[in-house]
Amino acid sequence: MEAKRFPYQLVKSNTPPLWMRPLIPVLILLTTFLITAGLILTAQANPFRAYYFFLISPLSSQVSFLEVLVKSTPLMLTGVAVTFAFATGYYNIGAEGQLYAGAIAAAWLGIVLGGVPAAIAIPLMIIGGFLAGMAWALIPALLKVRLAVDEVVTTLLMNSIMAYIVSAILNGPWRDPTSGWPQSPEIAENTMFFKLIPRSRLHFGFIVGIVAIAVLWFILTQTSFGLKMRAVGLGKPAAQFAGINVGRTTLLAALISGGIAGIAGVSEVAGIQYHLIGDLSANYGYTGVIIATLGGLNAIGVFVASLFFGLIDTGAQTVSRAMGVPVYLGQVTQAVMLLVALGMYLLQRYRIVRRA
Amino acid sequence: MFIVEMQSITKRFGDLLANDHVNFELRKGEIHALLGENGAGKTTLMRVLYGLYHPDSGVIKVKDRPVVIHSPKDAIQLGIGMVTQHFALVPPLTVAENVVLGYQNSFVLNQAQIEESVAEAARRFGVEINPKAIVRHLSVGQRQRVEILKALYRNAEILILDEPTAVLIPQEVEALFETLNHLKQEGLSVVFISHKLHEVTQITDRITVLRDGRVVGTVNTTEVTQKEVAAMMVGRETFGVSRIDTDTSDPKPVLEIIDLCANDDKNLPVLKNISFAVSEGEILGIAGVGGNGQKELAETICGVRRPTAGKVLVEGQDVTGKSPSDLTRAGLGRIPEDRHEGMVIHLTVTENLVLEHLDEFTRNGMLDHKAIRQYADDLIQKFQIKAKPNDITRTLSGGNMQKVLLARVLARNPKVIIAPQPTRGLDIGATDYVRQQLLEQRQRGAAILLISEDLDEILALSDRIAVMYEGEIVGTLPASEATPERLGLLMSGAVKEH
Ligand SMILES: Nc1ncnc2c1ncn2[C@@H]1O[C@H](COP(=O)(O)OP(=O)(O)OP(=O)(O)O)[C@@H](O)[C@H]1O
Ligand SMILES: [Mg+2]
Repeated sequence: MEAKRFPYQLVKSNTPPLWMRPLIPVLILLTTFLITAGLILTAQANPFRAYYFFLISPLSSQVSFLEVLVKSTPLMLTGVAVTFAFATGYYNIGAEGQLYAGAIAAAWLGIVLGGVPAAIAIPLMIIGGFLAGMAWALIPALLKVRLAVDEVVTTLLMNSIMAYIVSAILNGPWRDPTSGWPQSPEIAENTMFFKLIPRSRLHFGFIVGIVAIAVLWFILTQTSFGLKMRAVGLGKPAAQFAGINVGRTTLLAALISGGIAGIAGVSEVAGIQYHLIGDLSANYGYTGVIIATLGGLNAIGVFVASLFFGLIDTGAQTVSRAMGVPVYLGQVTQAVMLLVALGMYLLQRYRIVRRA
Repeated sequence: MFIVEMQSITKRFGDLLANDHVNFELRKGEIHALLGENGAGKTTLMRVLYGLYHPDSGVIKVKDRPVVIHSPKDAIQLGIGMVTQHFALVPPLTVAENVVLGYQNSFVLNQAQIEESVAEAARRFGVEINPKAIVRHLSVGQRQRVEILKALYRNAEILILDEPTAVLIPQEVEALFETLNHLKQEGLSVVFISHKLHEVTQITDRITVLRDGRVVGTVNTTEVTQKEVAAMMVGRETFGVSRIDTDTSDPKPVLEIIDLCANDDKNLPVLKNISFAVSEGEILGIAGVGGNGQKELAETICGVRRPTAGKVLVEGQDVTGKSPSDLTRAGLGRIPEDRHEGMVIHLTVTENLVLEHLDEFTRNGMLDHKAIRQYADDLIQKFQIKAKPNDITRTLSGGNMQKVLLARVLARNPKVIIAPQPTRGLDIGATDYVRQQLLEQRQRGAAILLISEDLDEILALSDRIAVMYEGEIVGTLPASEATPERLGLLMSGAVKEH
């Protein structure tokens, strides 16, 4: 006897209909809402109110709107970083570690550049962070290009190594002498990023992020290096046949990727924390992977995706503060939304049809 | 009486009508050829039948029952199997594992049991294959057999073969035809797509011809000549190009190959001391049964494979082991043998056209979009490529993809042209076009190395013909002395002439 089959099935459709695009964020929110509403109820809160705080209220006041931009700053940078690598077919999962490499450089430069004018010190910090991130990206990139070692594994492992290095530094030489906390000494005032709007947390790093988005757009669409990157990413043997130096292109893209992730670290140290701390990054490096993917590996997509993630990041905090529900609830919601978003991203390429 | 009826199928891609009210009927137990020029819509029609595309209108009936086929899964359920040139096999797994993959319902695979059941199926269908063999170690022909067995194992009664012989060497073609004839006796119905008319007349019972997405007609194979079929496909009568003998009293060698040796992917010697020279304005044809090192010869000259010994000279300049970009700069025009390895199919036509010469379209690191667009428009027009500049190359028909590659190389007027299998997968019209282009390049003074398994092509174009057998040149003849018989003897390895 044949088992009864579910009457509907998913069918791959080659061209996702255009009208779907703006609907996808709405669907993501709706689905996430349905999944998490039960959880919010058990915390004895009203799900609709919770979602109001989660998504609307951050946009309703200037303070919290600026906070959204603050949250999206590092995400823009890591999103751009990951896109550089992914577009070239180099799967850099190591933006997290590269971010910390940049942060270490910034924390160090922020002290040694104490007497230097800000106009010189800040560019130097950005360059330093870029170089540090690049250096941290170099080993996996060389292993990939020279020995064909899988970069997904190596970049991921480099993240763990970096986590231990940061912990070792903070508990050893850089433990704050005044407070005794595992955090580096505060950076000099002249190396702190200036605020874009007085008395907010929105800082110069946001502009750096926008510039990074613009650079990404420019390189991918306007330069021959960008075309080489895409050719390598989309068809290595063919790119090679056409005379493109695949190894060099991959190496360069991997290093730029690491460098930009390093700048994300600089931005967090010089713009927000003013110290190097162990949880400087709320998984910005990993979120960057999701942002790059959801953003379709193009500049505008990455920009929109990082703003969206900045919004739900801010919302998660607002909810718990406003409604007295555990902060974990916000985090759970955020995680569910991430999964739903990824699921939607895959599902948009399918159609539902009735079985014959 | 018909096992499949496709009635008035229409399929559009944007404003392009790939299938225009196509009627197609397949009888039980017949081999039915689908013929037509590149881009005529053959693959599209079969993809509709296999559930990969959804027709905009039209009805499909399988065994007299109207059906809607949403996906290959549905097609398989209906007894339809499809084998394309790009196989969907998992190389590290065995033949048996590949055959049952995705079909066996039980969670745990019993190795011995599946091998037994696959062996049994292979016996029953007369498909010769070792179920225990690892797919990675199989030749192209054997892999194709695995694909066919996979379809049959899923109880296919209708088998679609899209250009199955394009990648096969002659012996493998013979073996395939034997299998097909056997399966036909068992009641299998086959749709056979090919551009080679002699194959079509040899193996099929009926022929349906498509042109520009429409059916021109369906005929019984025994009632038509190859010429008549060709005329149906293209709408004109005369075919073939002819070479004008030129005076080469004082030949100046442009491409010189000296004692070239190379290893294959398994690190075994595959080129053994190959030496020859090609002069200005000359076409040297390399004949030989496929798989005797021709592919590796082209790869080694083109800088894709490392030579283990020997030299490649272009106008006396040593280019052995140089990178592809250096070779291009030295004046070597390289047409890749595999379109998918020579072009980034996910990039646009324009991008592929300039990929080899990016430097010329770059100012201070920036792409000169205007110049690029101009260049692409020119080439698309000059080479009659049926595509728009911003089309993704993947969506082009095989023949048009080949034209893109050809345009990329020939537009540069290279001193040397390496042309391995330049007309593989092309329809008669496009084949004529490519051959004409090569002859024009020869007239211009290019030294052309033509590698082909098609003896007619070699005889029609070459000034001299060298025959390759087991990695060696076993003889070189001037065109005037080359007869198919003499070449055939050399190709079989029975004699050597130097
Ligand atoms: N996915 C697609 N998107 C857009 N256009 C397509 C797509 N697939 C096919 N086409 C177009 O439809 C037309 C018919 O293509 P099809 O592949 O069916 O030709 P064909 O007869 O199989 O040719 P060939 O002999 O070269 O394989 C071509 O013009 C092709 O460019
Ligand atoms: Mg086709």
